[in-house]
Amino acid sequence: MRIALPVEDKSMESTICQSFGRAPYFLIYDTESQESVFLDNQGAVSQGGAGIKAAQTIVDSKVKALLTPRCGEQAASVLSAANIKIYRTTNDSIRDNIEALTNGTLVLLDEIHAGFHNHRGR
Amino acid sequence: MINVRIAVLSGKGGTGKTLVSVNMAAVAEESTYIDCDVEEPNGHLFFKPRDLGTEEVFVRIPLLDDQLCDGCRRCVDFCRFNALAYVNNRLIVFDDVCHSCGGCVMFCPQQALSEKSKVIGEIRKGVSGGVSVITGRLNTGEASGVPIIKRLLTYIPRSPKPVFIDCPPGSACIVMESIKDADYCILVAEPTTFGVHNLNMVCELVKLFGKPHGVLLNKCLDAYNPAEDYCVRNEIKILGRIPFDKALGRLNSYARIPVRESEKYRELFKALLHTVTKEVRDETVVNP
Repeated sequence: MRIALPVEDKSMESTICQSFGRAPYFLIYDTESQESVFLDNQGAVSQGGAGIKAAQTIVDSKVKALLTPRCGEQAASVLSAANIKIYRTTNDSIRDNIEALTNGTLVLLDEIHAGFHNHRGR
Repeated sequence: MINVRIAVLSGKGGTGKTLVSVNMAAVAEESTYIDCDVEEPNGHLFFKPRDLGTEEVFVRIPLLDDQLCDGCRRCVDFCRFNALAYVNNRLIVFDDVCHSCGGCVMFCPQQALSEKSKVIGEIRKGVSGGVSVITGRLNTGEASGVPIIKRLLTYIPRSPKPVFIDCPPGSACIVMESIKDADYCILVAEPTTFGVHNLNMVCELVKLFGKPHGVLLNKCLDAYNPAEDYCVRNEIKILGRIPFDKALGRLNSYARIPVRESEKYRELFKALLHTVTKEVRDETVVNP
């Protein structure tokens, strides 16, 4: 399965970025072949709509899942239109989270945040 | 008196823009007050104008015809605000992110995008004594108040009455739009180091726009005033001083208009209006 993670640097030893839309790079990883590709995130430098731009890059990479600590609602709507599952990372290690996903221990981001799409206002 | 347009601005909120513009408009008696602080207009709270009507303000945003879109993505690549995404052979438009530039519509080779109107706020017109009170209000969550300010400034009457433009705080796009047509800029400043930092920002802005300007020192104490020091060092005209005055603050906090309540404040703002009017006249002579 092809998956994506927002990362701080172009290396498997790098850490997961705390922001999705403004992450400098994305790691595109194939869990079967264990191949890794790093993409620049154009959303990182965009004037606005960073999450939408970042999500477009993820969609175009034809991944099935995104592993991220956080995700905004506009990015989430682009990802859900492409049926990409969003999993919540548990720490900032790339390898730990890929392992957790293959072991089936990662949980979906929107399952944790009940009010994920309603967090503006009260 | 000629139809002078005076913009009142400051680098930060709470410095006294509304106090100054409301009281100057009120002391001028026959005048127009335009509240360009569209994210949080409050001049109307003082004037309590008799309502003369409301106009909605629209922007144009893209409208998609799914049948015509062939997925070339030219619009997606063009939009610098990323208001469009292409997913699963379908274009998604994010209305809230769109800045209404119209570029996507222009570049679509299939004519799959046209424009529709979207309400982003309103303009309310009213009257209080001899003052025409015109207020712009941006709906919560909208990207930019600039279209409302553009519309507001079309309300400037062709009459000899002076116009006071109450600007938004800061020095961003909406402030630039508000001062664009102004003949003179009054910069309101606080006697604090933070105040000086913000004063410096608006000074740079009005110089960039080549606007004649002067500083009004607000909340003045007997102690050292760093804003005054800044004006002296940078040779900026000081238009006047408003004392740190609890009675003035109290009137203001009850949303009363001090020049309509007390001779003392009427004299203060009358003198200020006189100084500014003279400044504008001199500027018109120097730069006709």
